[in-house]
Amino acid sequence: MKFGVVVFPGSNCDHDTEHVLRDVCGQDVRLVWHKDSDLSDVDAVVLPGGFAYGDYLRTGAIARFSPVMKAVGEFARKGGPVIGICNGFQILQEAGLLPGAMLRNQSVQFLSQPVHVRVERTDTPATMGLRVGEVLTMPIAHGEGNFYAEPEEIARLEGEGQVVFRYTTEDGRLDPAANVNGSAAAIAGICNAERNVVGLMPHPERASEPELGSADGKRLFEALVRAGARVLA
Amino acid sequence: MPRARVYVTLKKSVFDPQGHTIHDALRSMGYDGVTDVRQGKFFEVDLSGVAPEQARDTAEEIARKVLANPVIESYRVEVEP
Repeated sequence: MKFGVVVFPGSNCDHDTEHVLRDVCGQDVRLVWHKDSDLSDVDAVVLPGGFAYGDYLRTGAIARFSPVMKAVGEFARKGGPVIGICNGFQILQEAGLLPGAMLRNQSVQFLSQPVHVRVERTDTPATMGLRVGEVLTMPIAHGEGNFYAEPEEIARLEGEGQVVFRYTTEDGRLDPAANVNGSAAAIAGICNAERNVVGLMPHPERASEPELGSADGKRLFEALVRAGARVLA
Repeated sequence: MPRARVYVTLKKSVFDPQGHTIHDALRSMGYDGVTDVRQGKFFEVDLSGVAPEQARDTAEEIARKVLANPVIESYRVEVEP
């Protein structure tokens, strides 16, 4: 299976993501420059973390106009799996491929720390084969991860089962202290209505080898491989 | 050359962590009369080759499509010819 990892000016998790997909998961990977508009050779697309365009204007606001984003939109409309990690998630929101927007963290501090997230849905390409209710440990590193949508929109997302990950305690309980950035409904990850586009704030690529303290993130990439195999079959 | 001034602020319904922090700081400095602070963004957009009567439409379009994120922000446009 071949992954496309999109590289924007200011992406800084592109090579970590490439490393995990290639060296840890044994998949083919192509780094896709943001001016490239051809994704016909890849089976799944990852928008990695970083600070695309320096987060100027708003996180993801300029990156969404990169030529590659038109191709990402078409890839997603055809049902191709797309996952956005941290800044990649913010770019997908700005592009309208995922709902909501990110506010500055409630503490107004940049947060770089491990968090626990509970898996809420397993019918997405990033969580296929995981168990609902299990808790994963992965790091976050962001200043704007405070998920916001109007209350009616949150209710709609809950009703449609689009909340994929929630910040919880280590044993999977909702707790304001565990919702470190103040996200609405403790949302750490969501998917689109069609369920093939997923965004999450934690960094699975930084938690994919035991030497890094957690290999939980690897399971998301393995899920993507499973999802890709199903699409290809 | 028409110049548009675009003011972007978080919607009233959206909590503004930065404005809140500034408000707290002002209160700790003794500005007890300050009841709220909202932080926003200000843009000056110079428009050449645009007729003055079209400048507002163009500036509104730029504000809506790029300068503000309608999920969390609202905007106001002023145009001077």
